[in-house]
Amino acid sequence: MNKIIPFSSVDGPGNRTSVFLQGCNFNCRYCHNPETRKLCINCGDCVPKCPVHALSMVDGKVTFDYTKCVACDTCIKTCTHDASPRIRWMTPQEVFEEVKKQVPYIRGITTSGGECTFYPDFLRELFKLCKGIGLGALIDSNGSYDFSKDEELLDVCDGVMLDVKSWTAEDHRKVVDFSNEMVLRNLDFLAEKHKLYEVRTVVVPGLFDVEKTIREVSEHIKDYPEVRYKIITYRPMGVREKYAVEMNPPKKDYMNKLKELSESIGVKTVVLV
Amino acid sequence: MRDISMERVNKTREEMLDTVKSPTLTHEQKVATMANLADSLLEVLDLPEGLDELLNAPIETQCICDLSEGHAPLRPRYIVPDYEKFLKEGSKFLRLGPAHDLLEAMNNLLILYKNVPSVTNYPVYVGALDKLLDPYMKDVDDETALKLTKMFLIHMDRTILDSFSHANIGPEDTRAGRIIMKAIAETCDTVPNVTMKYDPDITPDDYAIQGIETTLKAAKPSFANHKMFVSELGEDYVVASCYNGLKYGGGSYTLVRLILGNIAKKAKNIEDFEKNVLPYVMDIQARYMDARVKFIVEESGFFENNFLAKEGLIHRDKFTAMYGLVGLADAVNILLEKEGKTGLRFGHSKEADDLGVEIMDIINDFNNNHKASYCEATGGHYLLHAQVGLASDKNVTPGTRIPIGEEPDEMIDHLKVLERFHHYFPSGTGDIFPIDMTVHKNHEYLLDIIKGAFKDGIRYLSFYASDSDVIRITGYLVKKSEIEKLENGENVMQDTTALGMGAKHNGHILERKVR
Repeated sequence: MNKIIPFSSVDGPGNRTSVFLQGCNFNCRYCHNPETRKLCINCGDCVPKCPVHALSMVDGKVTFDYTKCVACDTCIKTCTHDASPRIRWMTPQEVFEEVKKQVPYIRGITTSGGECTFYPDFLRELFKLCKGIGLGALIDSNGSYDFSKDEELLDVCDGVMLDVKSWTAEDHRKVVDFSNEMVLRNLDFLAEKHKLYEVRTVVVPGLFDVEKTIREVSEHIKDYPEVRYKIITYRPMGVREKYAVEMNPPKKDYMNKLKELSESIGVKTVVLV
Repeated sequence: MRDISMERVNKTREEMLDTVKSPTLTHEQKVATMANLADSLLEVLDLPEGLDELLNAPIETQCICDLSEGHAPLRPRYIVPDYEKFLKEGSKFLRLGPAHDLLEAMNNLLILYKNVPSVTNYPVYVGALDKLLDPYMKDVDDETALKLTKMFLIHMDRTILDSFSHANIGPEDTRAGRIIMKAIAETCDTVPNVTMKYDPDITPDDYAIQGIETTLKAAKPSFANHKMFVSELGEDYVVASCYNGLKYGGGSYTLVRLILGNIAKKAKNIEDFEKNVLPYVMDIQARYMDARVKFIVEESGFFENNFLAKEGLIHRDKFTAMYGLVGLADAVNILLEKEGKTGLRFGHSKEADDLGVEIMDIINDFNNNHKASYCEATGGHYLLHAQVGLASDKNVTPGTRIPIGEEPDEMIDHLKVLERFHHYFPSGTGDIFPIDMTVHKNHEYLLDIIKGAFKDGIRYLSFYASDSDVIRITGYLVKKSEIEKLENGENVMQDTTALGMGAKHNGHILERKVR
């Protein structure tokens, strides 16, 4: 568990509690929370840097005291492994207890990350608990997980918010160091199963063929009017310095053009962020 | 009438001359101030012993405050006329017949507004505008209805020079309500204040969403827990002035407030506060209110002579009075400090919040046991009211709010504190949240919060966009650009702008935690 955000307006419909799990197999150049990518290797580099002594080494492991932390992020900035010492191992029941504190102010939860599908057993159990008290459950995923082989998970979730980071295999490797074969299979599979809530693409001009990506995704989802397409403006906040220097945010006009392109193909709801 | 000293007369005369010469007050503001100063020379009320030292003290030590109501109240503080009856029957005094179409309805209302008195000299309630206007909009196309509604609202904003003036819409979906919200979003003015009565079983989601869109543009409407108000005051309640729940066709004779922080300063410890100091002050405040109510009803002649009463647009037996308080958080923090528990703060520890509940229970019990004359509309008792503060308040936290600058990091933790306190106040309480519009483009997010809040016993919520010009100060609206004008020594139309400026400097209202 990286963190739980009690109220979120940006992770699906209405007000939701967002649950961020640690670890991701993609290496997105524009990742704005790279500290969620890896598990801590207990090197201890961050321990002496913590200004409030919330970190310590216990039996060779970095240990974290929540009550002392002031969320200054010094540990995350120190870490050279794209990890965070501020993570916890929690059971589905423990997370559910944290979620319940927000009832009746939320309509559901969204699991995100990192890549939350690293922990399918956990998700299934957590979602079942949530469904039991009438809460919805959405998965925010990079699409590398084979959803077609996990019907049980799909049954207990309302839908997936799927990232399509670029359309061509070559581009995709350039953006995230990973193949997009499974991502594209999931796009069609989830849409057909009516388990696709939203597709997202982050726009970085020049990094990949943006227009082709928008066009192809739009073609694939245009027949499913319930699927939203969220086209996201790249912003350098939180992005690793070595990548940030090579990327620039798109202009507003360009974003509007992409929205028009998607709408002209037949996507009902296009959201620019 | 009792004599007063020549020294006091001369001091008041000095203040009157200063008022005449003031470079920033408008003519209307000068006239109102002069009237208040003249009134301050009267001594006619049968005042309880001990009141003087609690009432006539600087804000650092004052324990009871009567909110500039004057020494010889010549009208009830808040008046809530039956506008439906007025539109249906007209008014003999105003020489107006029944309204037959939208133009007549709007024109007649605008005339009546100029004849409804209150503590501010402007009407604090201007009607359930959706229900009043909807029947007259039947034969009017959308475009014309919107244009007329905008003119109607602009007329109000430029002639009702005080934003304690309140309109209601909802809980039912009406065409007029939708047109009014559209007009509000396009005009973005401060008058009138607006409340949407919201009940998830009656109000459609898309109607509430339009309300949210509107408030994120114009800082209104606020949202009132309809089920809760109906269960306490009945179907014929209104929300007037800041957020005051009152009976339709009635109003409130008076509002006096306990300044709990200063009362706590006088106590040795929690026990002394709860057993001695607070009961002593509560009793004096109640008897002071009794004297005010008695004078208004029995001596002022208001209910015998004012045309609103004579023509049945208000009824004496639908009036009540509001037993107010401020600074629960201050009292809790001061008392815990006296007990040596300096680390515990209201809004941040269960023990502190529990103490707040304990204090509220004491006040509530006292009020329920105090028999109030002429308050048959509310069971022979006053109604508790969480007062929002005055511009001149320093280190006084409104009602039962968490002080600005100390709001919990997470909104859920903030709401969980409100849940424990809103139910005490049928005549009004409320909390305000500035919203970061760069993050929250999802209006259903706020709707979910409102739904959850009302399910868990929260009474009244207001939201505004953190980058908006028009903002909610405490219970009323002001434009930041108008405050700036006043700060630069220019005249501004509405008297509430000066209150907003005071609240900005003394109450830090621009520093609220943005959600």
